[in-house]
Amino acid sequence: MTRITVMVDGVSYVDDVEARTLLVYYLREKLGKIGTVVGCDTSNCGACTVHLNGRSVKSCSIFAIQADGSEITTIEGLARDGQLHPMQQAFHDNHALQCGFCTPGMIMQAIDLLGDDPDPDEQRVREGLEGNLCRCTGYQNIVRAVLDAAQKMKPAASAPDEMSTRQPSAVAGGGN
Amino acid sequence: MKPFAYQAPGDAATAVRSVAADPAAVFLGGGTNLVDHLKLGVAAPDLIVDVTAATSNEITDDGAGGLRIGAAVPNSELAADRRVRDRYPVVAQALLSGASGQLRNMATTGGNPLQRTRCVYFQDVTTPCNKRKSGSGCSAIGGYTRYHAILGASEQCIATHPSDLAVALAALDAEVRVLGAAGERGIPFVDLHRLPGEHPELDTVLEHGELILSIDLPPLPMAARSAYRKVRDRASYAFALVSVAAAVDVADGIVRDARIAFGGVAHKPWRATKAEESLRGAPASDDSYRAAAQTELAGAQAQDGIDGGNAFKILLLTRTLVATLRDLAHEET
Ligand SMILES: Cc1cc2nc3c(=O)[nH]c(=O)nc-3n(C[C@H](O)[C@H](O)[C@H](O)COP(=O)(O)OP(=O)(O)OC[C@H]3O[C@@H](n4cnc5c(N)ncnc54)[C@H](O)[C@@H]3O)c2cc1C
Ligand code: SF4
Ligand code: FES
Ligand code: FES
Repeated sequence: MTRITVMVDGVSYVDDVEARTLLVYYLREKLGKIGTVVGCDTSNCGACTVHLNGRSVKSCSIFAIQADGSEITTIEGLARDGQLHPMQQAFHDNHALQCGFCTPGMIMQAIDLLGDDPDPDEQRVREGLEGNLCRCTGYQNIVRAVLDAAQKMKPAASAPDEMSTRQPSAVAGGGN
Repeated sequence: MKPFAYQAPGDAATAVRSVAADPAAVFLGGGTNLVDHLKLGVAAPDLIVDVTAATSNEITDDGAGGLRIGAAVPNSELAADRRVRDRYPVVAQALLSGASGQLRNMATTGGNPLQRTRCVYFQDVTTPCNKRKSGSGCSAIGGYTRYHAILGASEQCIATHPSDLAVALAALDAEVRVLGAAGERGIPFVDLHRLPGEHPELDTVLEHGELILSIDLPPLPMAARSAYRKVRDRASYAFALVSVAAAVDVADGIVRDARIAFGGVAHKPWRATKAEESLRGAPASDDSYRAAAQTELAGAQAQDGIDGGNAFKILLLTRTLVATLRDLAHEET
């Protein structure tokens, strides 16, 4: 067992983990953050996407121990004071989900892609979501939702409280 | 997954010492390839040494127009770097054509070229594979060969190297700086990967415990006009069937110089020196480009397979090279 210290959705945790514990299982089973789901378990589908120090990663292919000292944002850390993050709201407004299993990962990756390009066209959105698979929707409404969120997030696009070093600043809400 | 010990030293010498001393130890970059292999049972180390803190995560100017890329620089940062995009667009394009945003955020410059083949039999521990288990046989020969080699294969292994970045680095004459138990050395990137020969279990010339510190891109003004073109079974999120990394220097309708490498067709990124040679001094025309491809591919050997084999790659690669060079020659610089 090795001791790790992580900040997850704004709360600091100190835990002993086995080296082989994957980040997604640490989040789900140890912290109860079951909003982050496992689709494929083989780094293909993107359902397990979270933000590690402000950048999207697949938490099924990272050991919890690799995240020692890091800040993690999950889907559960996006809403503020009962108010959905604009990306969550856009998914709701645009009917961007059916079974909803891919949705946590889609939203986390969509936020990351707006960090790289706050005003993407449809092609850029599709490329930015290439690592997230959806078996239900055919993607049309997901793309629409991301474009909608991009418009809504534009003027107040910066949320300087999520730890990030890149330009332009990350747009995730963060739970902190 | 089998339990293992884990270390994350802050300096390269300690990382090298730990791995060199233990035959069952491995380095860990971002883990986007190794962690999958641990799950599949393709790798089962006793000790994992995370080298993301032990190696540099910076891209520095060498003062002469070249760049030194620290082994820990994430693929996403390398692809976004302004200097890389201006001086070596082929590198950024190759990176962005591979994997996905999440994976590129995690994957490192040192780990990417050392990712292992995507041969389906290699990843399936229930099938014979000489690369995974020396002497067990090759299930791909006569099997599923769509993603397999047409150049430089052996009777032991017909796998291809999957990295897109590596193809760009091979074209640019990059150099790999490594630290091992015996000290530091530089390896021309084109010599980093091996052909399978009698020892397909070895992907590269690195000794056990040799750590990549950086990858150095030499100054190459003509690389400002460079590109990566990848052909795959779907438009995104797939490995290359064939790919081309190329840089050209064209003036007055004549190709003065060219750098070309192929991906998806061999056990290593395939530097196409014969094609380059045939292009020097030739008119910048489709005929020259086609002749260059044909010269390089004269020795190509297609595989038969239950999926129809991979003979299609010869024509596909020829056309891909022609299209890449044609676009580059017309590009304004
Ligand atoms: C779904 C999916 C799709 C993908 N698609 C593509 C694609 O289209 N194109 C493409 O090119 N790639 C693709 N990849 C592969 C991806 O690019 C690689 O997994 C990644 O680049 C590996 O980098 P890493 O740092 O995570 O390596 P790791 O997994 O950490 O390590 C890989 C190997 O390198 C060794 N290593 C790591 N760092 C060092 C070092 N500094 N010195 C010595 N040895 C070291 C490790 O021991 C290990 O053997 C895909 C991956 C996935 C999961
Ligand atoms: S081609 Fe190489 S990697 Fe694939 S089964 Fe044969 S020996 Fe193994
Ligand atoms: S569960 Fe992580 S990518 Fe599918
Ligand atoms: S909504 Fe069901 S997988 Fe996307």
